[in-house]
Amino acid sequence: MTGAAPSTARNPLRAPLGAPLGAPLRAQLRTQRGAFLLDVSLELPGQGVSALFGPSGCGKTTVLRALAGLYRAAGQVALGDEVWQDDTRGLWTPTHQRALGYVIQEAALFPHLSVSANLQYGLRRAAAAPQRAVLQHALDEVIELLGIGALLARRPTTLSGGERQRVAIARALATRPQLLLMDEPLAALDARRKAELLPYLARLQRSLCIPIVYVSHSLDEVVQLADHLVLMEAGKVLASGPLAQTLARVDLALALGEQAGVVLQAVVAERDAGWHLLRLDVAGVVLPLWVRDGGQAIGQAVRLRVLARDVSLATAPQPDSSIGNQWAGTLEAVADDGHASSVLVRVCVGAQGPAGSDSGSGSGSGVAVLARLTRRSCQHLGLQVGQVVWVQVKTVALLD
Amino acid sequence: MTAADWTAVILTAQLAGTSTLVLLLIGTPMAWWLARTRSPLKPLAAAVVTLPLVLPPTVVGFYLLLLMGPQGPVGVATEALGLGRLPFTFGGLVVASVLCSLPFVVQPLLQAFEAIPEQTLEAAATLRAGPLDRFFSVVLPLARPGLLTATVLGFAHTVGEFGVVLMIGGNIEGSTRVLSVALYDHVEAADFAAAHRLAAGMVVFAVVVVAAMYAVNRRPRETDTEARA
Repeated sequence: MTGAAPSTARNPLRAPLGAPLGAPLRAQLRTQRGAFLLDVSLELPGQGVSALFGPSGCGKTTVLRALAGLYRAAGQVALGDEVWQDDTRGLWTPTHQRALGYVIQEAALFPHLSVSANLQYGLRRAAAAPQRAVLQHALDEVIELLGIGALLARRPTTLSGGERQRVAIARALATRPQLLLMDEPLAALDARRKAELLPYLARLQRSLCIPIVYVSHSLDEVVQLADHLVLMEAGKVLASGPLAQTLARVDLALALGEQAGVVLQAVVAERDAGWHLLRLDVAGVVLPLWVRDGGQAIGQAVRLRVLARDVSLATAPQPDSSIGNQWAGTLEAVADDGHASSVLVRVCVGAQGPAGSDSGSGSGSGVAVLARLTRRSCQHLGLQVGQVVWVQVKTVALLD
Repeated sequence: MTAADWTAVILTAQLAGTSTLVLLLIGTPMAWWLARTRSPLKPLAAAVVTLPLVLPPTVVGFYLLLLMGPQGPVGVATEALGLGRLPFTFGGLVVASVLCSLPFVVQPLLQAFEAIPEQTLEAAATLRAGPLDRFFSVVLPLARPGLLTATVLGFAHTVGEFGVVLMIGGNIEGSTRVLSVALYDHVEAADFAAAHRLAAGMVVFAVVVVAAMYAVNRRPRETDTEARA
């Protein structure tokens, strides 16, 4: 039985670039529980990882459960042309007829079944016998991708937390879902297991061509995995957009607090073996950024994170500074920060020619960097929107 | 043992077997409902199921007798349906035994069902298993120890029932004279040797069954291949 899902011939794994995108996810959900009101409207891309990010209790998990049909909120849920819920037309598809995969913090493997039987559980229900071979082939690839081939005969109770989570992910993918929902899949793991599982998730994100909705309260995970960011607070969506653009918005700094900062795409351009440094070229523009050599290959694409608190500004180049990474840029915006003493400043760097004074960030004419300054410094330097400033980047975190 | 004693043994086995089957068939959905419901009726339903545990069996028997008698609503109904009257028949005994043994079957099942995390069932739902499929492929295998305990307790309690049997069934050989009643007859007649044969037999039976139950339940039962419903 293929359930309510239209059976598509394409394999969701290893999709070549330019393959048809997965279906975009649209949802409007509203529910009231005591004093808590959840009221969200989502439109998520049909490919890549969309992160639902926000503090505990902001309603991210409720949204995910409502998308899966495990919780009934009022509203609509549709994946592409397939309507899973539409209260105005009285439509409701129960969870087991939605072509989705769902992974939660606790893995929730079936303790009475072996790893292999856990993986087969969904596969057998998702496809009639003649089509199982296709799914089995896809599952074999997932098993290899997640490195769980050696665990197949084991019992779930004998697995480590990280192994269990990998099996749960493979089990969810075995049904060849059109949508993968993940609710804090790393939250129950200690730092070491987390570090062990993250590369698998990153690999997964690159090889699946279905949308993944990833719930997390850890911005570290989000910036590492997500392509699209939905920022939630107290049952509302504060912002929704491409990760890099959304993080570069100065008006969201309040919600992100200490974690405010931008994510940049870069390519490893040069290795200085003598000083154990790598030169990265950021976002296509030649912005040299020297970072600690982590063994990355020349030409490798990396994602890096620059926190606002690690960026300082100067009105002239600082040849005497210990900070080697200095870029000229145009000051684009100044906004209030969480504390009265500080402001958040957005600077567009690497632009060829004069940058638009208040254009969107990273739109081909350079990339945006956020800096956290004291209000006093801001005034002392006489910083004005449109002014040319030098950005000094003290620390960056390489994410892959 | 006399032929009459053997008749009582066979009758008892028939009664306990039939009752256990009926108990599992009605007790399982009842326990499942109790384990998952958020209905305000839950405490009341749980109390009704537990009631036979605290009431003297003779009280249960007395009211059953009135209900199933010619003037009782159940009696009128059974006669209208052409089933005749239930008191002092094997059928009446089954009804009474099921009622008295219900808590012994529902309680272990309820505990087993409540121990199954909601997340495991939700995982099954996201893996395309419908409600009935989830029940047979996840709930029943995970509740296996509880199911075994319920079966053994239900059977053993029915074998040992005396008060309600005497009220509803009376003492008719081959129809309602079960082991416990036959044993009572032997003691009344001061035939202690015959009483010993029945009583000791029941003790041995009880020890073997309960020990076997614990032995089986202690071993983690897991299956490699999942049985399709």
